[in-house]
Amino acid sequence: MTMETIKLTIDNKQVEVPKGTTIYKAAKKLGIDIPVLCYMDLHDLGVENKPAGCRVCVVEVEGRRNLAPSCATECAEGMVVKTHTTRVINARRTVMELILSDHPKDCLTCPKSGRCDLQNMAVKLGIREIPGQEYAEMSTYKKDFSPSIIRDVDKCIMCRRCETMCNTVQTVGALSAVNRGFMAVVAPAFEQDLEKSPCTYCGQCVAVCPTGALTEVDHTTKVIRAIADPTKTVLVQTAPAVRAALGEEFGMKPGTLVTGKMVAALRQIGFDYVFDTDFAADLTIMEEGTELLDRLTRFLNGDKSVKLPILTSCCPGWVNFFEHNFTDMLDVPSSAKSPQQMFGAIAKSYFADKLGKKREELVVVSVMPCLAKKYECQRDEFKHDGNPDVDFSISTRELAHLIKEFNINFEDLPDEDFDRPLGESTGAGVIFGATGGVIEAAVRTAYELYTVKPLPKIDFTELRGMEGIRSATIDFNGLPINIGIAHGLGNARKLLEDVRSGKANYHAIEVMACPGGCIGGGGQPLHHGNSAIIKARMEAIYREDAGKPIRKSHENPYIVKLYEEFLGKPMSEKAHHLLHTHYFSKKKDIYIK
Amino acid sequence: MSHIKLELKPEQVAKIKEICKSFNNDPGELINVLHKTQETFGYLPAEVQEVVAAELNISVAKVYGVVTFYSFFTMIPKGKHPISICTGTACYVRGAEKVLDEFKRILDVKVGETTPDGKFSLNCLRCVGACGLAPVVLIGEKVYGRVSPDGVKDILKEYEEQ
Ligand code: SF4
Ligand code: SF4
Ligand code: SF4
Ligand code: FES
Ligand code: FES
Repeated sequence: MTMETIKLTIDNKQVEVPKGTTIYKAAKKLGIDIPVLCYMDLHDLGVENKPAGCRVCVVEVEGRRNLAPSCATECAEGMVVKTHTTRVINARRTVMELILSDHPKDCLTCPKSGRCDLQNMAVKLGIREIPGQEYAEMSTYKKDFSPSIIRDVDKCIMCRRCETMCNTVQTVGALSAVNRGFMAVVAPAFEQDLEKSPCTYCGQCVAVCPTGALTEVDHTTKVIRAIADPTKTVLVQTAPAVRAALGEEFGMKPGTLVTGKMVAALRQIGFDYVFDTDFAADLTIMEEGTELLDRLTRFLNGDKSVKLPILTSCCPGWVNFFEHNFTDMLDVPSSAKSPQQMFGAIAKSYFADKLGKKREELVVVSVMPCLAKKYECQRDEFKHDGNPDVDFSISTRELAHLIKEFNINFEDLPDEDFDRPLGESTGAGVIFGATGGVIEAAVRTAYELYTVKPLPKIDFTELRGMEGIRSATIDFNGLPINIGIAHGLGNARKLLEDVRSGKANYHAIEVMACPGGCIGGGGQPLHHGNSAIIKARMEAIYREDAGKPIRKSHENPYIVKLYEEFLGKPMSEKAHHLLHTHYFSKKKDIYIK
Repeated sequence: MSHIKLELKPEQVAKIKEICKSFNNDPGELINVLHKTQETFGYLPAEVQEVVAAELNISVAKVYGVVTFYSFFTMIPKGKHPISICTGTACYVRGAEKVLDEFKRILDVKVGETTPDGKFSLNCLRCVGACGLAPVVLIGEKVYGRVSPDGVKDILKEYEEQ
């Protein structure tokens, strides 16, 4: 089959493109970067945000009276396009001036400053003044603070990227364009706070917002204070996905592993103990894997009260999603807490005992690729007399900022190793960071516990990849175990609806809220929808796993010791008390069906 | 936007469902569904929008987005005496804005709002075709012509004992 192609001229250069290609993309093929603002291309997710709203991307098309938005205009045979005529440049500037006339001039203190697409565009287009400022009346909205995300919609430019993420990719539907004209912004229903919406705090909207309208809640100041407080012992734990992306904030190539430098930097910042969430990921596998086997054996023995499939529960964005949308299935997910919370619970009991300190004397900080974890650590069920198991959760971006603020030359740091005991981890813990990783780690352990035989091979490549919904059957020595995997909440919804209707038949399902898993989390360095970056991070994660001497959670010597000294065995009463949780319906009763 | 919390009666919910159903619960018919629903209820309170969203299987945010985008949808019940002020060109030129300001001041409401006692609601209209009488004010079915800011108080007096 030959694809129909089209020939056109852009800036006096000939180009041939498949029919349906936009002028913007055709120009890109020629190496011409037409500026875009509202447009966003997430090609690997098959999603494009193309509201043609901002008009920054306009070009002149010979024979047409009006300038055309290149991001949304398809090429036609013989078209002659000019991308930088005086008329085009004037139009672009005017458009920018208009946008800026209703935009606060807060750049000096704005959390997005330096990474803001609007600011960059103003620089690129050489905007030096904004005419009509004297009369311009600015729309003002109140700021909305949620546990994870701050909405400052005065800075909203109505690009609607967040809406595309929240509605099309995640199918959460927390956000929509509301009002018209001057007062138009993106907001939750009835312009209520995000906290009252079905938002899952996945942070994908924050990750794509070009301006300071959506940002994370910043806890770095509280962390600095805790470190400076001589009465506190401050522990830090770092999630698997952080080490595969942190380097990008220091100009390193995506996919550079910076585990050792990260540990060194955290020590220089002054944390008393530098530990690893991967340790807790191994612990999660012990509990979740045991729970899976328990449910499975009871199911195979004909126990009708058993619910299968078991769903992973280590992603708080996903937990929030099913607490809103699958309230009839609240007993299906594993009751195991997320690694972040398991870490906190163990740190403030087992490790506090070891130090001879009270839990109130410890401060647990987590570095996460995630914004939902900020919300998670302040959930009431993860507090003990008001004292949270994890005090503050900061994102990969916030850590990068801390490192810079502490005058640390990250690139030149020597590699250092995590502290013991809560810093030892296996390859199974590391792969939690990528989609498919949790279930692969669980399979590595569950297989050996169930069959009492060593695994013939450790790498389950059939569980890996970027496909939104995947499935595989793993042979447990004659017993076929059906596994489902979804990443991105839209895919999770599809998979769960199939389970609910009985169409899909799985024993275990892994869900991660963010496309790509945590490596594509809402707290990671911004990847601007470039999936090559996500893939590079994913490769880094599997590289780290392959390089680990121990790659199965149940072989982690410090995990073995933790059970011997403290917990007893997986799913013991103590383990239940410290490492398991339950879920709540967040559905509003108004949805009368 | 704040609103008075309201409990929908089962028959009201049934009515909304019926309207949605008459459009095959098709999300593409949202605007038509909202039109019909507003015709029935007079306005579109949050609770009504939530039922519509659930029936059409779309997010409440989306429904609210549409309701706030089109000016003919309203989330506020009309007052017993709906006041409409023409702000068409002729009326505007002859001082409609000052008249409007006076209504706003006396009733202490903004355009699109209803007084807390539910008696008056205030809205603007485009040319009502009575330019000769500009500026024009409509209260319910009644037309007032050549209204001056000073006259507003007297007009409102007419509705006092009702
Ligand atoms: S909040 Fe941000 S992403 Fe959403 S429309 Fe506004 S500027 Fe765009
Ligand atoms: S955090 Fe996720 S769920 Fe919440 S508004 Fe943003 S994209 Fe939607
Ligand atoms: S996938 Fe990872 S980063 Fe995203 S919400 Fe879940 S836990 Fe957080
Ligand atoms: S980038 Fe093309 S209209 Fe905004
Ligand atoms: S402009 Fe008011 S009636 Fe015509």
